[in-house]
Amino acid sequence: MPEIDNEILLRTYPMNYIHPKAKGKKTPVLSILKAVAEKSAVMLLILSAWEALPRLGLVDPFLLPPFSDAVGSLVRLFQSGEMFRHIAKSLERSGLGFLAAVAFSIPVGTFMGWNKRIERIADPLLQVCRNTSTLALYPVFILFFGLGETSKIAIILWGTVWPILLNTISGVKEADPLLIKSARSMGISRIGLFTKVVWPMATPSILTGLRLSAATAILMLVAAEMLGADRGLGFMIFYYQERYAIPEMFGGIIFIAVLGVLINFLLVRLESRMTRWKERIVKG
Amino acid sequence: MSATEAKIKISGVTRKYSIRRNTEEEKKEFTALQDVELNVKPGEFLTIVGPSGCGKSTLLDLMAGLAVPTEGELFIDGKKITGPALDRGIVMQGYALFPWRTVRRNVEFGLEIKKVPKKDRKAISDRYLELVGLSGYGDRYPYELSGGMKQRVAIARALAYDPEVLLMDEPFAAVDAQTRETLQDELLQIWERTGKTIVFVTHSIDEAVALADRVVVMSPNPGRVREIVPVSLPRPRRVGDVQSTADFSWIRHRVWELLQGETAAVKPAPQQAPVQAPLELAEQLSSSAAL
Repeated sequence: MPEIDNEILLRTYPMNYIHPKAKGKKTPVLSILKAVAEKSAVMLLILSAWEALPRLGLVDPFLLPPFSDAVGSLVRLFQSGEMFRHIAKSLERSGLGFLAAVAFSIPVGTFMGWNKRIERIADPLLQVCRNTSTLALYPVFILFFGLGETSKIAIILWGTVWPILLNTISGVKEADPLLIKSARSMGISRIGLFTKVVWPMATPSILTGLRLSAATAILMLVAAEMLGADRGLGFMIFYYQERYAIPEMFGGIIFIAVLGVLINFLLVRLESRMTRWKERIVKG
Repeated sequence: MSATEAKIKISGVTRKYSIRRNTEEEKKEFTALQDVELNVKPGEFLTIVGPSGCGKSTLLDLMAGLAVPTEGELFIDGKKITGPALDRGIVMQGYALFPWRTVRRNVEFGLEIKKVPKKDRKAISDRYLELVGLSGYGDRYPYELSGGMKQRVAIARALAYDPEVLLMDEPFAAVDAQTRETLQDELLQIWERTGKTIVFVTHSIDEAVALADRVVVMSPNPGRVREIVPVSLPRPRRVGDVQSTADFSWIRHRVWELLQGETAAVKPAPQQAPVQAPLELAEQLSSSAAL
């Protein structure tokens, strides 16, 4: 049995025990290079094709300019400073929608996850809302809030609220009753039970929700800024498309893609940092 | 007898549950405990033994204040128990450690609730980690520990906020036999050193007799106290030594008889070995018939 082996090992040679955190630190350079090559192979292939096909005349270079042209336009947009205006505006919209979603979903999700009956009653509504295309609702938002900022933030809010809400509910709902009992036996207060037990336990699930929502917040930008905007990354893409400035348009698309990947990467890092205690479960 | 003589006084306690298997079914009433009278003396090591369904865990939950009696009352130091509090520490079978907290922060959990200042918490958790033999493991996470070590952490956590009573619900049921004996000895030493009152629920007769001053034998359907068997074995004890004495065997047999009488009343001839073979055969026959 591994249990007793471990016990004897730890009692006899506590100094020989390799801490799991230390195990991963001596990865050889070669295997890192191998991993990088593996992960970038397909990307490089696609990008080379993107570069080669227009240059060889196999695709109309006006409709699909070579990758380097698109990147070049993007660099020029940064140099002129125009890009920063768009980024600032877009991040403001995404950020506001996302924060509003967090502020709503975590308390409401906790409440619903805790009160199983309310969750049962509300679940069908949640499923309908979650599966209603955000884009289909955009005309409704415009009707209600006009073409201004409110409807743009509202659509991002709508898109980001569900993943956080549903993940918070399931995280709280699946909180280990034994741990709750244990905390209660120590006379913990109601608030303490949530801050010290229920939320830490639901953290992995909530973080997954946050990550999905953050990705959605970026994805929704293009749609949100399609109408009635004069700034923003989504606006920029449509603006250049209408003016047949195709390399600039692709530049904007590349930037939005990179932004999405970057945000996802940062949140994955945060997630694994905050859920290090689950290491064994994740590694199986 | 005045209530102050008992650390915990359980007076005429009945606990009923209404259960239903699914949402459509009508609720059925189930009596987990019936008319339980029991006094736990200050500083005593009391064990509760009984078959599953005798309500021994329910009784412990009632003492912890995690459940309320349907009838009757429970007192600690003459005060009525109305809910959980830090004067009683509970150790559960499934360790119930907080996996996102390090060993040290698990031990400090009750201290945080008690609002003990941070610098004092460190000193206290050091002391109790040493008491359970886990000095130097403070920064580990629970997943890095073996079952026996996890249970030591759970004990340290329950002791750290200095409760007068330690309530233990089959705490060593999930560890292997060897670790179990070590933990039993360690618990006896801790008890001798700290002078806590311990109420210890188990389904093992050996464990119940080896540890206890008195063994409460319970019977099921509904859960009742059948008899309280005093254990007059000398102290300090070591579990391995005490189990080889004639007195131990005698008391053990007495408890076994009491429990046996119970199961015999429900279903006679509990010898399983001879029954098993024909039963298996019958199963095989029926399953092949089904094919």
